Amino acid sequence: MAAHRVSPSLNRLLFAVKYASFQSGGCAVHCNAQYSTVHSPSEKTFDKILIANRGEIACRVMKTCHKMGIQTVAVHSDVDSSAVHVKMADEAVCVGPAPTSKSYLNMDAIMDAIRATGAQAVHPGYGFLSENKEFAKRLAAEGVAFIGPDTHAIMAMGDKIESKLIAKAANVNTIPGYDGVVKVWAHIQAFVLLLGYPVMIKASAGGGGKGMRIAWNAEETREGFRFSSQEAASSFGDDRLLIEKFIDNPRHIEIQVLADKHGNALWLNERECSIQRRNQKVVEEAPSTFLDPVTRRAMGEQAVQLAKAVQYSSAGTVEFLVDSKKNFYFLEMNTRLQVEHPITECITGLDLVEQMIRVAKGYQLQHKQEDIPINGWAIESRVYAEDPYKSFGLPSIGRLSKYQEPLNLSNVRVDSGIQEGSDISIYYDPMISKLVTYGATRAEALARMEDALDNYVIRGVTHNIPLLREIITHPRFISGDISTNFLPEVYPDGFKGHQLDLDTRRELLASAAALYITAQLRSQKVLGDLSPVECSRWELYVQLEDGSHSVEVTKSGNVEVDGGKVEVSGQWNLASPLLPLTINGTHRTLQCLSRDASGRILLQYLGTSFKVRVLSKLAAEFNSYMPEKVPEDTSSILRSPMPGTVVAVSVKPGDPVAEGQEICVIEAMKMQNSLTAVKQAKVKSVHCKPGETVGEGDLLVELE
Amino acid sequence: YSISYRVRAASAKLAKQRESHLSVKERIDKKRTAALVGGGQKRIDAQHKKGKLTARERVELLLDPESFVESDMFVEHRCSDFGMEQDRNKFPGDSVVTGRGRINGRLVYVFSQDFTVFGGSLSGAHAQKICKIMDQAMTVGAPVIGLNDSGGARIQEGVESLAGYADIFLRNVMASGVVPQISLIMGPCAGGAVYSPALTDFTFMVKDTSYLFITGPDVVKSVTNEDVTQEELGGAKTHTTVSGVAHHAFENDVEALLNVREFFNFLPLSNQDPAPMRECHDCSDRLVHSLDTIVPFETTKAYDMLDIIQTIVDESDFFEIMPSYAKNIVVGFARMNGRTVGIVGNQPKVKVYIISCLDINSSVKGARFVRFCDAFNIPIITFVDVPGFLPGTAQEYGGIIRHGAKLLYAFAEATVPKITIITRKAYGGAYDVMSSKHLRGDVNYAWPTAEVAVMGAKGAVQIIFRGKENQAEAEAEYVEKFANPFPAAVRGFVDDIIEPSTTRKRICRDLEVLASKKQINPWKKHANIPL
Repeated sequence: MAAHRVSPSLNRLLFAVKYASFQSGGCAVHCNAQYSTVHSPSEKTFDKILIANRGEIACRVMKTCHKMGIQTVAVHSDVDSSAVHVKMADEAVCVGPAPTSKSYLNMDAIMDAIRATGAQAVHPGYGFLSENKEFAKRLAAEGVAFIGPDTHAIMAMGDKIESKLIAKAANVNTIPGYDGVVKVWAHIQAFVLLLGYPVMIKASAGGGGKGMRIAWNAEETREGFRFSSQEAASSFGDDRLLIEKFIDNPRHIEIQVLADKHGNALWLNERECSIQRRNQKVVEEAPSTFLDPVTRRAMGEQAVQLAKAVQYSSAGTVEFLVDSKKNFYFLEMNTRLQVEHPITECITGLDLVEQMIRVAKGYQLQHKQEDIPINGWAIESRVYAEDPYKSFGLPSIGRLSKYQEPLNLSNVRVDSGIQEGSDISIYYDPMISKLVTYGATRAEALARMEDALDNYVIRGVTHNIPLLREIITHPRFISGDISTNFLPEVYPDGFKGHQLDLDTRRELLASAAALYITAQLRSQKVLGDLSPVECSRWELYVQLEDGSHSVEVTKSGNVEVDGGKVEVSGQWNLASPLLPLTINGTHRTLQCLSRDASGRILLQYLGTSFKVRVLSKLAAEFNSYMPEKVPEDTSSILRSPMPGTVVAVSVKPGDPVAEGQEICVIEAMKMQNSLTAVKQAKVKSVHCKPGETVGEGDLLVELE
Repeated sequence: YSISYRVRAASAKLAKQRESHLSVKERIDKKRTAALVGGGQKRIDAQHKKGKLTARERVELLLDPESFVESDMFVEHRCSDFGMEQDRNKFPGDSVVTGRGRINGRLVYVFSQDFTVFGGSLSGAHAQKICKIMDQAMTVGAPVIGLNDSGGARIQEGVESLAGYADIFLRNVMASGVVPQISLIMGPCAGGAVYSPALTDFTFMVKDTSYLFITGPDVVKSVTNEDVTQEELGGAKTHTTVSGVAHHAFENDVEALLNVREFFNFLPLSNQDPAPMRECHDCSDRLVHSLDTIVPFETTKAYDMLDIIQTIVDESDFFEIMPSYAKNIVVGFARMNGRTVGIVGNQPKVKVYIISCLDINSSVKGARFVRFCDAFNIPIITFVDVPGFLPGTAQEYGGIIRHGAKLLYAFAEATVPKITIITRKAYGGAYDVMSSKHLRGDVNYAWPTAEVAVMGAKGAVQIIFRGKENQAEAEAEYVEKFANPFPAAVRGFVDDIIEPSTTRKRICRDLEVLASKKQINPWKKHANIPL
């Protein structure tokens, strides 16, 4: 690592440059991470740090530790014993069985591990114990440094009501509203005049959208008030109402702050995190297209005010909702390193983990506010093991039978904690990696992201690359016209994958046909056998979705699809998952996901996988005689839509069920999913019982 | 006048000759045209309606374009009873299409029974045509593919038809181990007819349209009073999952034929040829990192042997044989650096058996596959994770002793290159059986997770320390001592303990060296495998 200590200006650039791959045999420890090296080797911090986390964030923290010459201790559950973070660490301690409550949240075992290894500090990563004041207290009691803010800050910001009050007191914009219970109509009227429309009326005891109304004028407000109190009374037996300004079509923009224990605090610009599904971020970028310097500064300064108000130290994030008029309102503060921190690192050149470690040791911040730049643009895509076609992402599990990060491209950073052969299990977060691309401009970063997603090889689990690629190429996203409602607005009927147009359909068909011919020609290259009859032109039929297309291929790579010419050339390596092609002069990377003897090819094209079937003209003609086989009647069979654990089975054989009646509940990755009958019937047999783990597609219940 | 007379006479003779010549040519054309439509358009339409291709369409799709060279197009049946001698009952070529052609440029002989002519029934002439191409295939050394779609014997011909079957059976037996023989069942195949496919190396079936049985549902009903459908009795599902008669089932004719083309690429043309070598795009020294973590730490936890096989072989291209039968053993063809290999592996991931034990069905499945590879110079790569033979009365009464012996016999007898990788358990007699060093394994590797022992720690300790306390301690000691590859490695029973990720690289290199392996078994008339 020492070889990389170069001048600060160069460091900024280097930081965005790719990490070394984890792939190559056991290199994890010697990994050649190119980081900001503002870190001075003479500045002594800790000898040994325990990382109380797993996966990519544990690996991320260890990389900085290695850079700083700090020994690392990994903790892990028994199923994680050969995980990347364990291999990467200098020492590793097993802290319990797979369930997080018994391992990564097991404070006793982690405290034991700290004592046994003599770690002087603990980095909690995010999630797990990162915002657990009890854990921070126990560490303090044993004189072990917690790499994060002090307990009082965690406590203050951990409570939604209290944090809002503190923020208000610190002159941070909060969502205007009446802090108490509204009772009389006149009271509301006065208040609305102050707030302006729209307003949200919600039940004090509410939840799940019940007793909640949005009003855009006085009439609606009056009505909303009446309905809400009725609904609240009937639903919760409590008709108390709150009133708040309603933020329409908000963006979620957050400010990274960094503070030391000496009262210094900086804001490290914003991250735009509006693209979300079920309140989970999917794509983030820094900076935001939406903020002007004035707003940015105002938000940054307020964030710093809040940090100072709670004597914050370490890295933290202040989340804001921003409305279409650039009014911003405090949402909450996360007192930890955020998942999406890499994009801030890319544009500022700071290594946030390094800064957290320094601050925890008691050093002053090295930078002043004017030292913090916005260099270029960074985008992060969260690559998840989940099926994006099911409500924008239902978890999927499996073994990464093939896994290749697109690190051959420049300015790509991949933060991951898995490798080829790793299991994505039901016990932990299904995130595969954070794919970050960086460019001088947003357009450059976006183009790189497109390329990186196309070159990312993931086999063995269903992943959300189709959705990610659609988002980053969507005109609304490109123009910066986004909000937290982006996904439901753009895909009101759910995500359906890339929609082909005439040209892209032709490109896809031509590529599939050319791949087929490559494989056919290769089949004839057998050592020592008679040479086959030369052929230079093939007539094929390619089926895609429901249509069949006539395709002619010549040996030189000219393809004619339905009479239209397409030129395809490339390196046709039948062993490689990647097909780098030039189609009509445009470079495109396709992926061959599978190929069989009957001409079926599964191609990933523009992020989405398409089922194609290539047949010779003759085979296509004969295929028309083949009967359509009737698929299994699924209405009387209930299969698990995802892998998970059966929480409850509500029926037994012989029970009559009505349409829509709950049959059983499957829990996967902390989500409970109720499975219901699609028709009225009698239960024939039950094939699962509570507590059992089931795979995707496993038969659960049969109806008569 | 004499001159002019002579001239006139000569021209008259010529005209007559020309006339008779023309009529022969016409007849040839007529016969050829007739042969091409088999039993006529009506029957062809009926065949299509059933979702089946005609005999000629099948041949056309199976072989490379324009490579089919037909023989015996003019052969007709010779039956004169029951009105069969009438012209309308004669079809040029009779009820089978025969000839040779190429699959990806490689020579193959084919016969395709024509259901549109007398239901594809086997006449003396039909059998003779098949025998002729089988004899030629033997002479030149090329595989035979039979496309079966026949109602059975030509009853009108009686014993002649039976003789025909026997003639074919004899040739099947003579060709066995000389040229690969493949049967593709694409329609009915009942009665004595089933024994031809049964004698060939591989039997594939088409789902829903093909049946194999000795006696049909009606006879079954009258004899045993069982109610059974054709599909249940002898359909593709039955034979690929229950009886083990067929090696693979395909959705329809087109899929079946395209898959047979693919399958054919793996096979040598005859026992005189080495295993074929095809151009390979996959690096022979590719490291497979995912294998380093594939075997779970808990010795009772399952993993999928197919994951190992697919990542090691060229381009993840594995043609599994009998994938739905005796799933506790995996067999099939793949390539290593372009060269065809046969893969045998215990499968820990089977629900029914819990563990990857050897039992009657898996032993027989494995044995037949190993013998095919040995007969046709295909190297055998064996992946071992076997906790032993399956216990129980069902197995003992069923004769696991003699059936298990088949697999042992097959591995011991084989003289092709044999490479063995012990991935986890190699316990007891099953360790010996699975292509061990002791059975002339050429290269035997152990992964670090390998355990070669007489049995699992628990069982062993219960015997060694019977009645004594501290069993748990003794078990730990046993595990420490034997649940690792060292006991076998120090004795040279494995040649090396290798990192799983290097397995592909090691196998590819070993195969290169072993390409010149020469090993000959003692002379014998034939061996006596415990059938």
